[in-house]
Amino acid sequence: MSGVQVEFQGVSFVERGLPPRVEDLDLSIEAGEIVVLLGRSGSGKTTTLRLVNAILLPSRGEVRVAGKATTAWNPVELRRRTGYVIQEGGLFPHFDVARNVALMPTLLGWATERIADRVREMLRLVGLDPDRFATRYPAELSGGERQRVGVARALAADPPLVLMDEPFGALDPPTREEIRSEFRALVRDLGKTIVFVTHDLREALSLGDRIALLERSRLAFLGGARELMESGAPEARAFVRTLGGSEK
Amino acid sequence: MGFLAFLSANRTEAVRLTLEHAGLVLVSTAVAVAIGIPFGILASRRPSAERWILGGANLLQTIPSLALFGLLIPIPYVGGIGARTAIVALILYALLPIIRATHVGLGAIDPSVREAALAMGMDARQRLWQVELPLAFGVILSGIRVATVIAVGVATIGAAIGAGGLGVYIFRGVAMVDNRLILAGAVPAAAMAIGADLGIGALATRFSPDRRRRRAS
Repeated sequence: MSGVQVEFQGVSFVERGLPPRVEDLDLSIEAGEIVVLLGRSGSGKTTTLRLVNAILLPSRGEVRVAGKATTAWNPVELRRRTGYVIQEGGLFPHFDVARNVALMPTLLGWATERIADRVREMLRLVGLDPDRFATRYPAELSGGERQRVGVARALAADPPLVLMDEPFGALDPPTREEIRSEFRALVRDLGKTIVFVTHDLREALSLGDRIALLERSRLAFLGGARELMESGAPEARAFVRTLGGSEK
Repeated sequence: MGFLAFLSANRTEAVRLTLEHAGLVLVSTAVAVAIGIPFGILASRRPSAERWILGGANLLQTIPSLALFGLLIPIPYVGGIGARTAIVALILYALLPIIRATHVGLGAIDPSVREAALAMGMDARQRLWQVELPLAFGVILSGIRVATVIAVGVATIGAAIGAGGLGVYIFRGVAMVDNRLILAGAVPAAAMAIGADLGIGALATRFSPDRRRRRAS
């Protein structure tokens, strides 16, 4: 698939009586591209992400997914072709791993056997042995395992677009690094369009084809990793400075 | 232990009153569940309805039970002398714990689970039946448990308006200043309350998601 998958045109999101959470955003995401939304807490990253799958609708402007405005999509249909991963996976505690992973295929009405095959395939894809993990409940998994199940669930229905909100945020640094690099390899092969929210510059640099830096609800910078490192924008410099401190 | 002798001497009547009592409790609690859970869901969905629903149920609970029975008698269709009026009063009493438990149980669901359900493309009905109600089930059941235990106690007052039940012995005992008769009504009622509490408690443990989680590990 080629062409523009997600497009923001002059998008603002304002709730009455509050300062805008996204202001005048123009951003166009190509099919197969990984765009990282980087920014501090409260900069509007998560709001931007929620505008893509119509959990929020823009106050001004238009968000287009696959060429169609989110206001014109049936929200349930839009979400069923959009994978979604959040911190700790947001797994259903009362569903076992297999049923969690099967969620979107089940909603889409796939045949039972096809779902079962797909669940095993997805678990293997994220590095979990289906025989050991399929019947466990989320509370019986480690943080890293839950995260892997979250990724498997998001990819299970083979959606062209995947949204990820700080998916690896709750993991310890070594696990985080492992899962991140596996994930990078995985999505390169799958050719998905990915919008990935993080406040971690390293994560942004290692995953993003392009990085959209948000500062107080506005787009402060948009470009590749190298351009970000050399950017003169004050917020970009503030993020780049964090690298020196934590590296040694 | 004179009341045991009394009960065994009058066992046909005692069994009938006990069954009447259990009937009052079962019917009223079942109806209260059918009404209370939807109201609890509504209260957790609409902040504008929340105040009215919880406030209304609270208000009902503050009316002294004997007064509530009395107040219902003159109301057409609902009232009158007999079991129907008692059942209506018991339903009104059972609503608060059930509505509140539903409201609390739904409110306690992890927001990330709700968000995931929404973002995965579940529609409102699927979210309610597959995610929200199953996760709130344990708390809702604890509300039903409280409501049932309260109903067993309050149902004794039903005898005052001719609804039958174990309250018949209690009122007769009070009128005749006969402790044996009072105990003949009170002890079986207390046993029924304890039985309901333990029974529903066992159900709650049996079906809680926690237990399923621990099972495998």
